[in-house]
Amino acid sequence: MSQDIPRIGRPFVRPDAASKAAGAEKYAADHYGEGLLWAGAKRAGVAHGRIRAVDIGAAAALPGVVAVLTGRDVPGTNRQGIVHKDQPVLCDDVVRHCGDPVALVLAEDRLVLRKALDLIRLGIEPLPGVFGIDEALLPDAPLVHEGSPNGNILLQAALRKGDAEAALRSSPVVVEGIFEVPFISHAFLETENGVAWQEADGRLVLVVSTQAPFRDRWEIGHALGIPMDRIRIIGPYLGGGFGGKDGATVQCLLALAALHAGGRPVKMWWPREESFLAGYKRHAARMHYRIGASENGELQALDCRLSYDTGAYAHLGGEVMALGMEHASGPYRIPHTRIEGVCVYTNNPIGGAMRGFGVAQVSFAVERMMDRMAARLGIDPLALRRKNALEQGDTNGCCVRLTQSTGIRACLETLQKHPLWRGREAWKAAAGPFKKRGVGMAALWNAMGYGRGLPDSAIAKVELTREGAIRVYNGVSDMGQGNTSALFQIAGEILRQPETRIEGVQPDTERTYPSGSAAAGRTTYTYGNALIQACEELRRRILGWAALMLFADTLDDLELLPERVRYAKAKKEVSLRDIAAMMRDEARVCISQFIMPVAADAPDTGKEFVIGFPHLLFSHAAHLALVEVDELTGAVEVKRYLAATEAGRVLNPQTFEQQVEGAVAQGIGYALSEAVRLEKGRILTPDFATYIIPGALDVPEIVSIAVEAPEATGPFGLKGVGEVGMNGPLPAIANAVSDACGIEPNHAPLTGEKVLALIQGKGAASHAE
Amino acid sequence: MEIRFVLNGKETQVSTAPDRRVVDLLREDLGLTGTKEGCGSGECGACAVLVNGESRLSCLMLAAQLDGKALTTIEGAPEDGRLQALQEAFVRCGAVQCGFCSPGMIIAAADLLGARPDTGREAIREGLSGNLCRCTGYAKIVDAVQAAFEKLQGGPTP
Repeated sequence: MSQDIPRIGRPFVRPDAASKAAGAEKYAADHYGEGLLWAGAKRAGVAHGRIRAVDIGAAAALPGVVAVLTGRDVPGTNRQGIVHKDQPVLCDDVVRHCGDPVALVLAEDRLVLRKALDLIRLGIEPLPGVFGIDEALLPDAPLVHEGSPNGNILLQAALRKGDAEAALRSSPVVVEGIFEVPFISHAFLETENGVAWQEADGRLVLVVSTQAPFRDRWEIGHALGIPMDRIRIIGPYLGGGFGGKDGATVQCLLALAALHAGGRPVKMWWPREESFLAGYKRHAARMHYRIGASENGELQALDCRLSYDTGAYAHLGGEVMALGMEHASGPYRIPHTRIEGVCVYTNNPIGGAMRGFGVAQVSFAVERMMDRMAARLGIDPLALRRKNALEQGDTNGCCVRLTQSTGIRACLETLQKHPLWRGREAWKAAAGPFKKRGVGMAALWNAMGYGRGLPDSAIAKVELTREGAIRVYNGVSDMGQGNTSALFQIAGEILRQPETRIEGVQPDTERTYPSGSAAAGRTTYTYGNALIQACEELRRRILGWAALMLFADTLDDLELLPERVRYAKAKKEVSLRDIAAMMRDEARVCISQFIMPVAADAPDTGKEFVIGFPHLLFSHAAHLALVEVDELTGAVEVKRYLAATEAGRVLNPQTFEQQVEGAVAQGIGYALSEAVRLEKGRILTPDFATYIIPGALDVPEIVSIAVEAPEATGPFGLKGVGEVGMNGPLPAIANAVSDACGIEPNHAPLTGEKVLALIQGKGAASHAE
Repeated sequence: MEIRFVLNGKETQVSTAPDRRVVDLLREDLGLTGTKEGCGSGECGACAVLVNGESRLSCLMLAAQLDGKALTTIEGAPEDGRLQALQEAFVRCGAVQCGFCSPGMIIAAADLLGARPDTGREAIREGLSGNLCRCTGYAKIVDAVQAAFEKLQGGPTP
């Protein structure tokens, strides 16, 4: 904690760093409690089947087992889900993926818990399953959800602009490609967990690792039939989230457990294997693209079909697809588009939100297509992107006019001036024996906020404490992205107090106000705007009370300073503590709501999307990857990486870089090693030995350059920076590998095996189209 | 069984099952939740502690193995110059985001600085390659380890 006033635009050491580095910060996982019980779920282990019997006798009789619960014991609807309530808390008739929970055990300790889970005998009659997009769409495919009127289709939609088919016919150059990406896992270090208990008056309290504490209350209330005001959610700092804790994980199970714990606290903490098995995933997708251009490289038309595998339940599948479709045309001016999408149920793990929500998939496809188009036209790939880059005032590929800051061209120009780009030919030529070097780029965008149909709202609360300090009640989870530090900066900037006089309260449904999820690149934008309003009101109020105490005729003569207000003309001061002592409790608190603006003219397309389409605000980036491919093994090594990012104005250069570097590292995993491997719905990669995320040797030095383009509606000009960086590495690295080896790597991840096969020309039929 | 060991500089005696995992002993019995668990199978490094000055994974270690040893957890930093310098550098250099890997990462870095103080970035990356971080992209962690080393070199021997 420093005596400096946190200021906008200056490096500011995040206030949570010291307690985290000291091991003192209490995450949800660090909460235990007196008389603690442990809860765990018995998982189906079968991808699709009808529950005939659940034999809990032996488990229930085991000493140390407090309760064994099944679907019959769930008091409410037994259904959860953010948009569609189709996911059981405990399956009562059918299991739809291997990780579906069938029974819940409460035990005195973890050893007993494990034994009891092993003793539960599941009688599940297997049903035929569907494990891929094509299978799911066959006319006689088994239905994942019986009686569903649309078969296995969760959502099907189309976006149209102009006449794509005619424009493709008249385009002199057309390129076509099919791209595939697998399910991937968030792999946060702190797996899904929480502690819950029932207060003496029956109210439920949960301390949980969650990105959406207020929505959790609603999910639990719906699934278990409990009034929302009887549920309190406390959301401490998370050990990572990335979208995977946006939606109920342990929440409803834990709440149910607490109802049977006799007031004792119950802890549920998914082991890593359970997190891989039951946790949400980034959707697997297949993307079929055709792009047409004129001979001088002006894009004319895009026609694409996107297919997403949402797994067993809807979760956010339709909304993920909507974002994918919205971004399918890339940050480019394309006069004619036809973008079709289908999102299907399968008996695979559940697809959900993940950083670059639906966009990371299509960025791969469209950016590979841009390189292929550049090669066909004999144009430099950067020049082709610059030529077609969207500008403020343009209309994007789904008919939305871009009225806000649009910095993609500036990002591309920054990249073009950089020595890594200018020196690329010499760098490539210096490859050693049996190595090939290549350079690849990607132009990126990512929408911010929930989009139309779901108000993107935050309600900020700020208090002048009795001690004269400033306390910010943050309603949006900090999963590591550092929004708390931005809130300190905003409060410091407006209220001029040093860091030591600012306190932060993390989300708690009884202390903070509903402010939406930590998601969609919206956290600091939406809450920050609300906080600016609340802080300005508090500032006026402090000065107003000070005027009374200092006999000042006008607030203009007063200056808010650290711990005091000065009336310079009269050479008098009053402390914030004395001002606070004068105020009644309600006067010391300011509350203000902000709702993100939406696109003024809703496009006449994409009517299938009830919520989440379209968006008004986008962040942008241009990425450059320099890779070396081992000709003998096919192994790809990323040697250098450049990210030029436009996310409005930078509030804190250090947290901005953290977001960019971290997103690039995750993107490198998506590009080179990460895949949830499945065999008939069973996960073959249940641990970090088989699901490979990048380690310290796999991520190169990353050059991050901020390309500032202040956003008029943003808090101090900011837009969200958390997501856009995730979208770049896969296409940039694939383009670089293509550049190095003259191959078409169109299936992620680009493992050594796959790249070697492409180099050797084997498997060409299955890997290139 | 009775186990005697030195915990963060203090003589400590606990009565526990000999096969209790050290990570559980620390977190649940002794309330030292700074040591994190990320995988339970030795793959992520989040649970690293110093045993006689060397980095060990507390999820793979049993209580009986502690007998007669000196154990330092992240909470022992105030008495350990290396740990303290690393903590300060992690904070200043922006090496902490969600922070769940930070204690284990700092322990691993302390071992690295003690065992073979090669401060080249590649050597540091190699030394930390057993610790997974999902937030940072590692560069700022390497920055922090380098900065801590420089500070320790300039100051009194830890």
